[in-house]
Amino acid sequence: MTVQLVIFFLLAGVAVAGALSLILQRHPIHSALSLVVVMMALAGLYLLQGAEFIAAVQIIVYAGAIMVLFVFVIMLLNAGEEERTNLSRMARYVGLPLGTFLLLQLVFWIRRAPAPAAALSAGPAPTRKLAMMLFQDFVFPFELTSILILIAILGALVLAKRES
Amino acid sequence: MVPVSYYLVLSAILFGLGVLGFVFKRNIITIFMAIELMLNGVNLAFVSFSRALGQLQGQVFVFFVIVVAAAEAAVGLAIIILIARNRQSLNVERVNLLKL
Repeated sequence: MTVQLVIFFLLAGVAVAGALSLILQRHPIHSALSLVVVMMALAGLYLLQGAEFIAAVQIIVYAGAIMVLFVFVIMLLNAGEEERTNLSRMARYVGLPLGTFLLLQLVFWIRRAPAPAAALSAGPAPTRKLAMMLFQDFVFPFELTSILILIAILGALVLAKRES
Repeated sequence: MVPVSYYLVLSAILFGLGVLGFVFKRNIITIFMAIELMLNGVNLAFVSFSRALGQLQGQVFVFFVIVVAAAEAAVGLAIIILIARNRQSLNVERVNLLKL
């Protein structure tokens, strides 16, 4: 067992435990913190695969910005524990078997699928090449995303504005 | 070198757990977080394939997914604030205006 495999299983265990905790916790703030743990573990997995830039973006944007927004809203709304209803009992008896079935199906078929061609570049993916690609081949989608962000900010402002 | 299939199985597990959370949870904020978990599972698959095929397009796509997730979080949380203000509750079953 190589060092990389050990690190992978460690991080994968942390990620799955965090995801399970997200589902099982009753309080939304605990779920949010579990999700941060998942994101951190995934950033480690990206580093393990040589995607340094994506790992940094994962921590800065996902764990840093998006999750802070979530925690902020949870605290703003003073969200308490979720309440049980009749439908949640139905979700347990129908949703749990179906969800588990989907999970097992996904894992089963991915394990059976033929492995893609052998890795061409085993070394770390150069961030420089990624930047060249982002600003040459994908420059139009890149500019589009900035417009998307602008529209999203405007939309959020208009939605959350208090009507006077 | 960790085989790609390990990463893909982990990504499938994360996606499946996200679906379970989406079905199970009653709190609208937690449901939203389950969607983020699904997005993360897909991102992991993108990066793994990018490494396996030796091409960088997968990583560029992950970048775009993260940007769209940020935009989605901004608008979605604004909608959640509106719902909480109008219904005085975060339970999705109280949001039944379109229900017969």
